[in-house]
This record gives sequence, structure tokens and C-alpha cells, in this order.
Amino acid sequence: MIQRTPYADAFTYVLMALGFLLLIGPFAVIVAGASQTVQQVNAVPFNFLPQGQLLANMAEAWQRANLGTAMLNSFIMASLVTFGKVALSAMTAFSIVFFRTRFKHVFFWIVFITLMLPLEVRVVPTYAVAADLFEPIRLLIAWVTGITVSLNWNLLNSYAGLSLPLVATATGTFLYRQFYLTLPDELAEAARMDGSGPIRFFFDVVLPLSRTTMLALTTIMFVYGWNQYLWPLLMVTDPTYKTTMMSLVALLPSENGTPDWNVTLAGSLIIMLPPLLVVAVLQRWFVRGLVSSEK
Amino acid sequence: MDKRAVFRSWWLPTAFALPQLALIALFFYWPAVAVVRWAFTLEPPFGGAAEFVGLANFRDVFADPLYWNSVVVSLTFAFAGTLSTIFIGLVLALAVDRQLPGSGAVRFLYILPYAIAGPAAGMAFRFILSPERGLMASVNSAFPDFWNPAKYGSHALILVIVVFAWKWAGYTFIFLLAGLQSVPKSLTEAAAMDGSGPIRRAIDIQIPMLAPTLFFLLVTMMTEGFVGADTYGIVARTTDGGPNHSTEVMVYRIVEEAFRGLNYSGASAQSIVLIGLIMIFTFIQFRFIERRVHYK
Repeated sequence: MIQRTPYADAFTYVLMALGFLLLIGPFAVIVAGASQTVQQVNAVPFNFLPQGQLLANMAEAWQRANLGTAMLNSFIMASLVTFGKVALSAMTAFSIVFFRTRFKHVFFWIVFITLMLPLEVRVVPTYAVAADLFEPIRLLIAWVTGITVSLNWNLLNSYAGLSLPLVATATGTFLYRQFYLTLPDELAEAARMDGSGPIRFFFDVVLPLSRTTMLALTTIMFVYGWNQYLWPLLMVTDPTYKTTMMSLVALLPSENGTPDWNVTLAGSLIIMLPPLLVVAVLQRWFVRGLVSSEK
Repeated sequence: MDKRAVFRSWWLPTAFALPQLALIALFFYWPAVAVVRWAFTLEPPFGGAAEFVGLANFRDVFADPLYWNSVVVSLTFAFAGTLSTIFIGLVLALAVDRQLPGSGAVRFLYILPYAIAGPAAGMAFRFILSPERGLMASVNSAFPDFWNPAKYGSHALILVIVVFAWKWAGYTFIFLLAGLQSVPKSLTEAAAMDGSGPIRRAIDIQIPMLAPTLFFLLVTMMTEGFVGADTYGIVARTTDGGPNHSTEVMVYRIVEEAFRGLNYSGASAQSIVLIGLIMIFTFIQFRFIERRVHYK
């Protein structure tokens, strides 16, 4: 800037420091609390200096909430959501952008409307669908043929049940669509002239070019999948399918005795780490995915 | 918008779109139909087919004072959460956009809370802002009963709003910073030449130019506050709707009603009201935001 503004600069630094305290301060409290003993963590006033108990507390939390299984389950769930999203939305967007058919606007609107209703408001019937996946098919058969068949398949306590309903949204499709629309027409023309069909064009030209879009989508979907709380809570009753967010309950300190918040905080720290790492290490992609998928 | 060069085939695009469309049909449209069906029917208590009851479910819902309580809680939560996240995000974005030495590092850090899941953040804040330990204990020992979210409903509501604001301030910050970076440098430089300082420039140039982003964030954060994936998690893991229903937001009530009270019809009727609200938000967003100015 062409101006010297010492007071405004000082004020800016004050604001940035306040922002730092407000947004990063809680992390400092979590880390400090997680590294203290039971007595230290319950001391008044709170000691902000980290102590040496961090690994011991983490190990205790890991054992108490059975975090090994939960971390694995969360990782599988987040990966499935991410992979399903990255692959399926690329295909849908391809069919919307690169073909001229009557259906393409229909497809677009079918996908578009899903933006309106988040899972949280239709969670009750979505749960019912997942609990009885073939109900629509049964009804259809009964309606067409008049025969009542007993087909039953439920998705409760399965990775498919954890991830599939979360893939049924529009986010990724629009991200890809925006990117495809920026690809020059000459690409498709050249590919056609060289005799390539749409499938080859998709795999050899479009997909390699959309690497950055994929990476951006991967980061936001992984964080989204990992941080799911309500859906796994409904889908899972069997402890072997528990996700990390569900094990938070097991980490709550017991009511009797001195509450060992140090273990609780250490456990939440473990649970927070994977998405935190994704956002920290891949922040460029994460921000790009966020800004371009929402706008 | 449409491409000139396209492929001609009808079955191929259908095959490509089919997996996602099938998932959407099964997990979106079918439940969406079911929610309407349930809202107007009632399962008899001793089994048998659900019977059509018209608007009775809605009448029951609207006659319940606890439902109106959840509406007020949700409104307060969404408004306070939206305003505080946008305010914090705006102030920090304006500060970071001045690109003083060190702003790159804080920019990196400000985004981090957004990575944390609402329920995990809620658990941590239960400790951080607990009345007996953490940060508020010293204040409480000087002024007894100054802060106690386990006892006072208003404190509990403040607590969940703080958790929401902590997580989502980074999000509004990202968007507002991106918006600020698309304000042409020539404008701010011309203003500086004319002798206006950074605060004057922020008020007269940058914030007005951010209007579309601010409006977008207003709608997004309101929707997030009402039905966001995190809202349920934050409330459930921080206060569990209590004390005495004082933090029971609408989504929380729907889930409680359906899965603890097993009242699917009442929950569906409440869902319909919420869906109506979201549709209004979405409509506003498309009516006004889609026509926003592009200044690039």
C-alpha cells in the first residue's frame, strides 16, 4: 500500500492477536488440559502450561473408549464417502455437461434439489429407508404385479449404511460441473476428430485434467465424512461399527469421584487430529474446494 | 453455459449418471416422500395400517408449548450464531487482507477450528467453559454463581452459541477473505491516494463491495444454525438440550421426538415446518444472490 499507517497497523495486529486468542486459544487449553494429571486439570486457576502426561492420557483414553476400532471405522466411513463422492459426482457431471440429450436438464434438477434438504431434516425417513432398503422395490412389485414378496435387506450396522446416504447429495456434482464448463470446447472437438469416444475422452482427457478438483473435493469430503455425528448414531447399534464421534460419550468423565477431564480432553484431541491434519496440510485444496463448491 | 462440442448418445450419459441418481432416489426422494406421508398419517398404537389424519399432527405439534420453545431457541441460536460468526470473520478478514508481515501465518491458523466436528468441539468446551474448572472457575470463585451453564438456561444457550461461533468463524473468514481479495486494488489505492485511512476504506469501499458475500453468508449460516449437521452434534454433546429444554433447538427436538419418543408422525410434521423454512431461505438465496454483481 502507498500509505504509512502506524496506528492502523498496530490496531490490525491487536485484532489479529485477539483472533488468535479466540480461535486458537481453545486448542491450547485442550492440549494443556490433556497433558496434565487429574489434580492439575481440576486445579483453579487453570494452568495453561502443558505438562508431561499427554501420551499417558491418550493411551488411557484410547483404551477406555476403544478408539482403535472407532478410528478405523471412522476412517473407512470417511474414505467411502469421499471415494463415492469423488467418483460418482465426476460421472454425473460428465453426463450433464458433455452430452446433448433431453435428460440432461432433468438430471441436473434431480441433483440440484438435494441441496435444499440436508440429511438432518429428513433423518427420520432416511433412517427408515436404510432400515428397510427394499421397501420401495417391494411396493413397486406389489403395485405392478399384485404379488407381495418378502425381500428384506437393511443397512443398519454396515459400512454401506454409514456412507451411502451421505453420498446422495449434490455438492461434488456442482464442483465438477463448474470445472468441466471451463474446459475449452476444442478439447472435445479434438478428441472426436481423433476418433475417441466419450468413454475414452472421460478417462484419458477429462479425469486427468480434473486432478485439482478431485483433490479439493477429497479434502472437504473427508472432513465431512469424519465429522458425521447424527447419522452414525442412528445407524450403528453394534459396537464393532462405532465411529469416533460416537465414542465421545464413552469419554465423558464419570459423575462420581474427581472427573478425569485430562483423559477426556486427550481422547477428543485424538479424535480431532485426522481432520485437523487434512485441513492443515492440504489447506490450499481445502479452501479451494470449500469456496468453489458453495458458490 | 452449454458446450458447443458434445457427444451424441442417450444411453451413455444415462449410464454415467445412474449410480448417483439411484442413490439420490433411494436416500433422498423416497425419504422426502415418506416425511410428507407420515406427517399426515398416524400409526395406530396397536398396529395396523397408518390412517390419514389430515392436519391433526400439525395441530398437536403447534399446541405443544415445548415446540414453540424449540422454535424460539432455534431462532436465538441461529441469529446469534450467524451474527457473531460473520462479525468475527469480517473483522479478521479485513485485518488479514491488509497483508502486513505475519498475516499469512494467522490466516493459516484461523481456518483450523473449522476442521473440528461440532460434537468434539462441544465436549472440549464443556471443560473449557465449565463452572468448576477450566477458564471460568477463577471468575466463579471471585463472583459465585456468575457462570453456570448446567444451572441457568441462558448460560447454556450462550455456551452452545460460543461453540458454534468458534467453529464457524473460520468458515466465514475464508469466504470474506476471498471476497476481499476480489475487490480491485485500484479502488482501495485510489482511496488511499485521496487520503482515506484503512478504517475509512474498510467502511466505504471494502464492506459495501462485500455485500454479496455477506448476504450469501447470512443465508448459509442461518440455514446451518437451523438444520446444520453440526447444530445437532453441538447441542447434544455440550448441553444435551438442557437444562430444562433451554437449548433444545428444532433439529434436536425432532430427533428426540422420533427416536426417543418414537413419535414419527409428530417428528415428521416438525420436519415439514423446518423444510418450509429452508425452502424460504433457499428461495431468498436464489432470488437475490444469484443476481449479485460480479466485479472481476
